[in-house]
Amino acid sequence: MATVSLKKLTKRYGNIGIVHGIDLDITDREFIALVGPSGCGKSTTLRMIAGLEEISAGSIEIGGRVVNDLPPRSRNISMVFQSYALYPHMTVRENLGFSLKIAGAAKEDMDRRVAEASAILGLDALLDRRPSQLSGGQRQRVAMGRAIVRDPDVFLFDEPLSNLDAKLRTQMRTEIKKLHAKVQSTVIYVTHDQVEAMTLADRIVIMRDGHIEQVGTPDEVFRRPATRFVAGFIGSPPMNLHEATVDDGQLVFASGEKLPLPAQFKANVATGDRVVFGLRPDDIYPTGHGISSGGAADVHQIELPITVTEPLGNETLVFVEFNGTDWVSRMLNPRPLKSGERVTMSLDLSQAHLFATETGKTLRS
Amino acid sequence: MDENSSARLKRRLLGVVYRIGLFLAMLTICLPGLWIVISSLRPTVEIMAKPPVWIPQEVSYDAYVSMFSGIGKGGIPVIEYFRNSLIISVTSTVIAVAIGMAGGYAFARYRFRGKSSVFLGLMLTRTVPGIALSLPLFFLYVRLGIIDTHFGLILAYVALNVPFTIWLIDGFFRQVPKDLAEAAQIDGCTRWQAFWQVEFPLAGPGIASAAIFAFLTCWNEFALASQLTRSVSAKTLPVGLLDYTAEFTIDWRGMCALAVVMIIPALTLTYIVQKHLVGGLTSGAVKG
Repeated sequence: MATVSLKKLTKRYGNIGIVHGIDLDITDREFIALVGPSGCGKSTTLRMIAGLEEISAGSIEIGGRVVNDLPPRSRNISMVFQSYALYPHMTVRENLGFSLKIAGAAKEDMDRRVAEASAILGLDALLDRRPSQLSGGQRQRVAMGRAIVRDPDVFLFDEPLSNLDAKLRTQMRTEIKKLHAKVQSTVIYVTHDQVEAMTLADRIVIMRDGHIEQVGTPDEVFRRPATRFVAGFIGSPPMNLHEATVDDGQLVFASGEKLPLPAQFKANVATGDRVVFGLRPDDIYPTGHGISSGGAADVHQIELPITVTEPLGNETLVFVEFNGTDWVSRMLNPRPLKSGERVTMSLDLSQAHLFATETGKTLRS
Repeated sequence: MDENSSARLKRRLLGVVYRIGLFLAMLTICLPGLWIVISSLRPTVEIMAKPPVWIPQEVSYDAYVSMFSGIGKGGIPVIEYFRNSLIISVTSTVIAVAIGMAGGYAFARYRFRGKSSVFLGLMLTRTVPGIALSLPLFFLYVRLGIIDTHFGLILAYVALNVPFTIWLIDGFFRQVPKDLAEAAQIDGCTRWQAFWQVEFPLAGPGIASAAIFAFLTCWNEFALASQLTRSVSAKTLPVGLLDYTAEFTIDWRGMCALAVVMIIPALTLTYIVQKHLVGGLTSGAVKG
């Protein structure tokens, strides 16, 4: 078990910077998710921690020990690859025991630890099969078993679920969470899927273009996104984000339509400021069909035409036209709606977000 | 006749046509080999007969018997030639495959300056016909004093085979996912261990096929060997075939018998190794 600490970690290929000096402290037994769009440097960061990529500058500490130039085998980590990377010429048992064999462990010790890992992951029936005889989910479990057997300080997961179908992904997500509860070790988990990050992680690191945009608990990054990018990245369906200009306590959108300036931002903006207004689909709903946000709600009502509806059973995503574009809203206890119908929408402005257009940073104080 | 039964009939007819075509193709490929075997068993009169005698009238093993019966009794030093061929082919194959593995791995896994030019250069050496090299090599070898030696021929064959083995083995290492070597390194292997424990076994079938090709090239090579060897101590089996040509006559039966003797080890080796050439060994390593 160990802490992991990245200091000004940088990766360059020639003149092209991939990771630009990121700082991150991960506490012991923490489950941390690195999330971001492809090319944001999250996988490179993970591979640098693993020792599979050399670092260009900065330092990496695992358990207080600087490991910058140590080969992967000396870092006491294990890694689950996106492709699983099981050894095809070995049985499941040999795959699980491979690291112990290389380390020269005694036969009994090896058998015991393989049996333990196999019991945790329910692999007992598969031990004598080859990877080619396993389904995707089983391969995934073997890959995790191989990581557990090593009893590492830190687990690294590189998009481990992205090759599975949607149903299996949900199932394996739960298994990974249970596994973390059982083995209680530090986990660094890379994913491009914000749902995975939200459901699994203690803290989420949102990366973009080799920089960290925000680090926080799932609740923090969801409720108080630090930047416009985070606001748009976290949450499904994504937050409605539209540019507006502040004019005397009002937000004026490009189409000329107006909304009152949310009270919590009044002190931080002045007339003429260009801002990005953000409102989650949960906070805009046909009146009477929303989540009550309690006494603090600052509800603004407005009649808008419906463009499309997407019924999901327990709820319906309703697209309404405002400011010349579609805004997505979440309707609970849905009733049938028709395209073109005008409905009264409630906008809970107490939950609204404002970001500076120039910097993308939140205007929340 | 409804659509289904006519479609079925058409499919069956196509199947028959396909099989006849396949039989003709196989016949064309196999007939020369078969002809050599038959010719080694019958008298020259029958071999030279016009129109050809398809079915041998009398079968005898005389050619084989006399081949091994020593100089002066129509025999040739088969055992020596065989030994030379074996030493030269095996040694040059082992060296060519070793270099091919190192080179192929480097081309498959590393990025370095001039990589594609070096690779292209290696391939271009294959465009030069071996026979064109025989005269320069002859002069060079005479000067170096390695003419008519095992070493000289091994050197020539290694040079001949290395570009090919590198190219072939490079392709097989490319098929082994990079992730596997990385996973092995995380599992505690050094780079070297990761290669031998994971990448080598997976590229094994490819390396074996490169070895077969290299071996057969050496085993059957005639043009260079006929220029660079001249005595019993270095001549290989293909060159030994020339022993059956005299000034005015060619002993076709003896030559065919020696050819059969040459083919048998090559055929046996190929048969043994081809069982290990099972493809798809890497399936299940990564997704797909």
